Amino acid sequence: MDLESIVKALNLKVRSGEDKLKAEIRGGYTGDLLSDVMANSKEGDVWITRQVHQNIVAVASLKEHAGIILVHGNEPAKDTLEKAVKGGVPIMVSDLPGFEVIGRLYALMSKTG
Amino acid sequence: MGGNFDNAGEVSSNIKTVLKQIGLPKDVIRKAALVAYESEINIVSYARKGMIRLRVVPESIMIEAIDEGQGIPDIEQAMQPGFSTANQKIREMGFGAGMGLCNIKSFSDVFHISSEVGKGTHLRMIIRASSAVLNS
Amino acid sequence: MTLHEIRKLLDAEVLIGEDQLDMEVKTAFVADLMSDVLAFATAGSLLITGLTNPQVVRTADVLDIAAIIMGRGKRPSQETFQLAEEVNIPILTTKYILFEIAGRLYAKGIRGCIEKVGSK
Repeated sequence: MDLESIVKALNLKVRSGEDKLKAEIRGGYTGDLLSDVMANSKEGDVWITRQVHQNIVAVASLKEHAGIILVHGNEPAKDTLEKAVKGGVPIMVSDLPGFEVIGRLYALMSKTG
Repeated sequence: MGGNFDNAGEVSSNIKTVLKQIGLPKDVIRKAALVAYESEINIVSYARKGMIRLRVVPESIMIEAIDEGQGIPDIEQAMQPGFSTANQKIREMGFGAGMGLCNIKSFSDVFHISSEVGKGTHLRMIIRASSAVLNS
Repeated sequence: MTLHEIRKLLDAEVLIGEDQLDMEVKTAFVADLMSDVLAFATAGSLLITGLTNPQVVRTADVLDIAAIIMGRGKRPSQETFQLAEEVNIPILTTKYILFEIAGRLYAKGIRGCIEKVGSK
């Protein structure tokens, strides 16, 4: 399953990395503590968080995440967005709380295996 | 209590207990406890010492958070969601995301803040005891 | 869903609240930031978090959260444990990551709580 189908199914707004939406998603990770995400998330994960500051871009590219979904209508901070655009890291935004985003994503992912 | 996270929240728990004994509506108690708790976290995070004062009259609850500390140079900036000067320790506790003052304001019916750099900050919040009835 | 069923679903260990497993929950909130929990979580919800410090219990207590689920095999610190016993809030711990916990609970019908108590 790729990012594009998630964007469609969850009605996400894409803020950066539009050209990377064909990236395959291997799993999901959620966390708001960067040290935890650094330590425990995996390559190809889509990362669900409410953190908006620029360090999330560094974490996502270091860990080679497929992309970042910001929840609860949080928008990336200005310098976060600049970094994400430059680094080609997809940032998507949802108005839903994290639990709902994860629940729907999890259902989609288990359907497609 | 500044800098010591061990007992942060104790005052709020006490406030909650007292308000429960008075028999106020659950929703009002929740708001008051939440406002007191975020205030307490602010004091522990940023001030040398401080106090939380609770005053209950039949119509409303007034909570004041008065601290001696660094103060806030730019209140407008501090009130913006996401703005924070928190250190790593505060962030690891699950705070410091620049939500505290916003939460306090949005859960209070009346919110007043004044601050003097190098001296401290004074928050005054009023929660109407009847707000639960009015909102529902 | 009862805490009993949740324990089974998540292969969780009940650290506190063995006597409250019949409790029914319908909503949940997942976060590591307590200010977010304070802003959005509703009374009677589950709190799913990776944090283990006493502020998790304080936050849960302030909001009348039904129970706390700690993910990734995290266990509460001693202070957290004592405080949770004091205020009588169940704590479950499971080896699954927060994503898996939320995904499984959602599949069983638990929904996110999105109400906001505050009035702007």
